[in-house]
Amino acid sequence: MCTMIATNTPIRGVGMGADGWFPLTQATVGYDHATHSEDEHAVLIDFTNYDIGLHARVAVELDLESARAFVAQLQSVIAQAEASGVR
Amino acid sequence: MWNSFSTAGPLGITAEIITFPGGNGDEIHAYVARPVTDAPLPGIVLVHHMPGWDEFYLETAERLARHGYEVICPDLYCRYGHGTPDDVAAKVRSEGGVRDDSVVADCAAALAWLRARPNHNGKVGIIGTCSGGRHSVLVASRVKGFNAVVDLWGGGVVAKPEEATPARPVAPIEYTADLEAPLLGIFGNEDQSPTPEQVDIHEEALRQAGKAYEFHRYDGAGHGFMYYHTTMYRPTQAMDAWNKVFRFFATHLKA
Repeated sequence: MCTMIATNTPIRGVGMGADGWFPLTQATVGYDHATHSEDEHAVLIDFTNYDIGLHARVAVELDLESARAFVAQLQSVIAQAEASGVR
Repeated sequence: MWNSFSTAGPLGITAEIITFPGGNGDEIHAYVARPVTDAPLPGIVLVHHMPGWDEFYLETAERLARHGYEVICPDLYCRYGHGTPDDVAAKVRSEGGVRDDSVVADCAAALAWLRARPNHNGKVGIIGTCSGGRHSVLVASRVKGFNAVVDLWGGGVVAKPEEATPARPVAPIEYTADLEAPLLGIFGNEDQSPTPEQVDIHEEALRQAGKAYEFHRYDGAGHGFMYYHTTMYRPTQAMDAWNKVFRFFATHLKA
């Protein structure tokens, strides 16, 4: 179905697109129709910079299990980074 | 019926991208496909799905044209910018989806465009898949002048009030009393949206309102079972459904 589940977060970073690296300004996370994975629905993650253009997008589609594992991995790394005291 | 043309004189078609005044008078793109003939033609407004104005829809326009219809498929995302269909759809998704009012206005404009064609036969249908199916029901309910509407597994025709969004504030089922065109609904029994229960609710609303409709439900098929570019494709059910679409449109648009 078209769940229309999507949220945006301002971010700062860079992403690798088809034309090379570019600055990122927004992350959109949704759960809706997959466009390329074989799952009917997927967690859709877009890192974008619409100031550059619609093509300035790094796209990822994950199944729910992978998304959960990825979030846990991300949180673990963030915790380790903060514990390290290195900035 | 698909693949039933006479080899003595099959219809050729032409197709092109046009710019036409959509809703609010905004110039938007549309894909137009039509048979090569001077004979009067019925029209079809083809409403693309959430993944956008994509190659599947361009090919679907050509398929319908080959069966004797002038087809216009407006780019409902045209105002969001341009890029690959995936990139444009991602932008639209990030903004909460295209507004229902925008789609209704663009499809009303597409209806007017068809009616102004020199060899138009006076009849127009509307069809779409997924969100395009939902939008087809919505448009045919809110805009007068359609002669047939086809909903291919439109999710969200039946929705709870708490599922409303700024872009989709009213579920199409709420407009059932206003639907004047006969409706063909095609659904997969393994679909999660619309679920078979939601299809039942829609059918009951149509029945109670005394509307002309026919619903067909396929076992062994889920959402998007006519999408030949995905793993959801179910060829037997899809081709049976296509023939039901052709028959329905012929009955209501060519007679």
